[in-house]
Amino acid sequence: MPLITYREAIKQALDEEIQRDENVCIMGEEVAQYNGAYKVTEGLWAKHGDKRLIDTPISEAAFSGLAIGASMLGIRPVVEMMFMSFSYVAIDQLFNNGSFCRYMSGGLMNVPIVVRGPANGGTSVGATHSHTPENMVANHPGLKVVCPSNAYDAKGLMKAAIRDNDPVFVMENTLLYGEKWEVPDEEYIVELGVANILREGSDLTIVSHGRCAMLSLQAAKTLEETHGISVEVVDLRSIRPLDEETILNSVRKTHRALLVEENKPFCGVDAQISHIIQLKAFDDLDAPIRRVSAIDAPNFYSKELEDWQLPNEERIIEGALKAMA
Amino acid sequence: MATTKKKTTAAAKKTGAKLKNFATAPINKSLSKDEKIDLYRMIVGIRRFEERSLRAYNQGKIGGFLHLYIGQEAVAAGIVSLMEKDDHIITAYRDHGHALAVGMSMNECMAEMYGKHTGCSKGKGGSMHFFAPDKNYWGGHGIVAGQTPLGAGLAFALKYKGLKGCAMAFLGDGAVNQGSFMETLNLASLWNIPVVFVIENNGYSMGTSLKRSSAEENLAHRADGFDMEWEVCNGHDVFEVREVANRAMIRAREEHKPFLLEIRTYRYRGHSVADANHEKYRTKEEIEEYKRTKDPVNVVKQHLLSDGTLTKELAKKIDQEKKDEAEASAKFADESPVAPRSEIQTDVYWEVDNDSEGELKGTYFFND
Ligand SMILES: Cc1ncc(C[n+]2csc(CCOP(=O)(O)OP(=O)(O)O)c2C)c(N)n1
Ligand SMILES: [Mg+2]
Repeated sequence: MPLITYREAIKQALDEEIQRDENVCIMGEEVAQYNGAYKVTEGLWAKHGDKRLIDTPISEAAFSGLAIGASMLGIRPVVEMMFMSFSYVAIDQLFNNGSFCRYMSGGLMNVPIVVRGPANGGTSVGATHSHTPENMVANHPGLKVVCPSNAYDAKGLMKAAIRDNDPVFVMENTLLYGEKWEVPDEEYIVELGVANILREGSDLTIVSHGRCAMLSLQAAKTLEETHGISVEVVDLRSIRPLDEETILNSVRKTHRALLVEENKPFCGVDAQISHIIQLKAFDDLDAPIRRVSAIDAPNFYSKELEDWQLPNEERIIEGALKAMA
Repeated sequence: MATTKKKTTAAAKKTGAKLKNFATAPINKSLSKDEKIDLYRMIVGIRRFEERSLRAYNQGKIGGFLHLYIGQEAVAAGIVSLMEKDDHIITAYRDHGHALAVGMSMNECMAEMYGKHTGCSKGKGGSMHFFAPDKNYWGGHGIVAGQTPLGAGLAFALKYKGLKGCAMAFLGDGAVNQGSFMETLNLASLWNIPVVFVIENNGYSMGTSLKRSSAEENLAHRADGFDMEWEVCNGHDVFEVREVANRAMIRAREEHKPFLLEIRTYRYRGHSVADANHEKYRTKEEIEEYKRTKDPVNVVKQHLLSDGTLTKELAKKIDQEKKDEAEASAKFADESPVAPRSEIQTDVYWEVDNDSEGELKGTYFFND
């Protein structure tokens, strides 16, 4: 299987979907002529032209709302946020119009848009550019959100998101864009709502998503080698819809859970997961559920401190040992 | 009906026409020799500081983004030189020039970019987020146009408190297309707020030319829709900037009226240092032409050499001093410590930072 980057995988998904469906178009700042601020759309404008790849002014509220309106008539816009942090200036459009139009019309309409872009810290760009709003999105019934941790999932989830009839946020990660994974040549889809067991184990379940799932996998290897702890790593892939079954089955097997995410702890995704586990697998637990999240403050600019603030292998191992105590 | 004065200075309108000598305008003529030399010193200082920071960035000493102001220095230097005690200033992420102009030290700025505890924000903000409220400088903001309502807010507060001052709110030519800026223009005019919006029109927002981002290329004309006065001028000549901005600032202070100033300028470097493609969306010739004919450092230097304020020797000496100061700031930054980990959770809540009595109710932080 070819080894390709996370960036390339997303581009392939966009390219294939543009060709499959004439209503798919890509819209955002610098996506066309500049080839994307992070080069995710590189070459697509040259290949598909102005109609399908649309450069926008710096007007996130306007083009997000415009995408929603266009989707009501069957267009399937993929809106790129140069950083997912910039979606904050468009929150009324995305969170009110995006999620509630269907509901408030009593189901008379639907909003098949995709909002995609990097949602991560760890790159010393300061607090304003380092948001991980998957928890906020998931807090709005009507919206869907996925966080691919690798190139295979990024491609498969992106294609599923574009074909989905509801608004889907795809949270990417600038630190993953250049990383490579095996991705098949044949077409495939990764369904929303299906978690992935990255590694099987019997002593502890780590539930994670996005880049943290990869860090957790690394930590799991170290835990096995240096502490003899057998860790199962569940990569959520999709936050909403959420694959409860895979999480619960794993915890029922290992009896211990560590939840790892880059979100801030308060009302993070893992707060909900922790609730689900205690509600549905309470009797299976041998220890309190532990969490490793970003240290609870806006992101520090300084690299040394931000690297410590965000979940890293050292902090995950520390959390795992607490969960095993 | 308010009478509105709308004009484009002759120089901005007819590029290529013989430029008016703004150095002899009253606001500039009144400058002492030392004050003129200070203007030169500031413009050169910003240039040398940023050149040094670029080297540091390329050595991997500075993280994140580095948006250089090189080519635009006369705008910040000129406008800040007009600021009075109760005038305030706020800008976007291309903020080094404004920071140095208000008197922030190269050391604290360089250390901030290096992410060090000795930086102006303890290493919490980085290049895009410099602040110095003690110098009436309110940042340094990373979200495009996000600072513009804050600028109106500073001005609102001045008027509210009965102070005779104005707020200078800077933004780029791309930022004008954010809704928050449009809304702010209306509020400022509706409420007669003493804010001067300064659009630093460098022709590009990242890789997008003005033509491709704004339907009406005369950005200042937007003020018409809000019954606000506007003016357009060039930004490469610090004396022109001063002459035009001075009128807007006086009017804001005296009459509590907002003003929209569009200053035509140019950036030599990419949008940020990461923008290695900047010769693809514009031509090398375009960049070279500006450097050759309109370089803000050269323009002020030529003015001051020709009126006898500067000698070549003095100009050279100042240049060297600024290079040395920039070099020293890099050394200072390099040798400074990073903040301890305990700093991650300071400066989040005022109440927590200032709780000398230990009387806080409720939990503020939520780590496992
Ligand atoms: C809301 C938001 N959208 C997008 C960006 C990314 N971005 C940063 S600067 C910039 C271009 C701004 O251009 P302009 O306003 O002309 O200012 P200049 O960089 O030329 O000084 C863009 C798109 C951002 N920081 N915030
Ligand atoms: Mg610009």
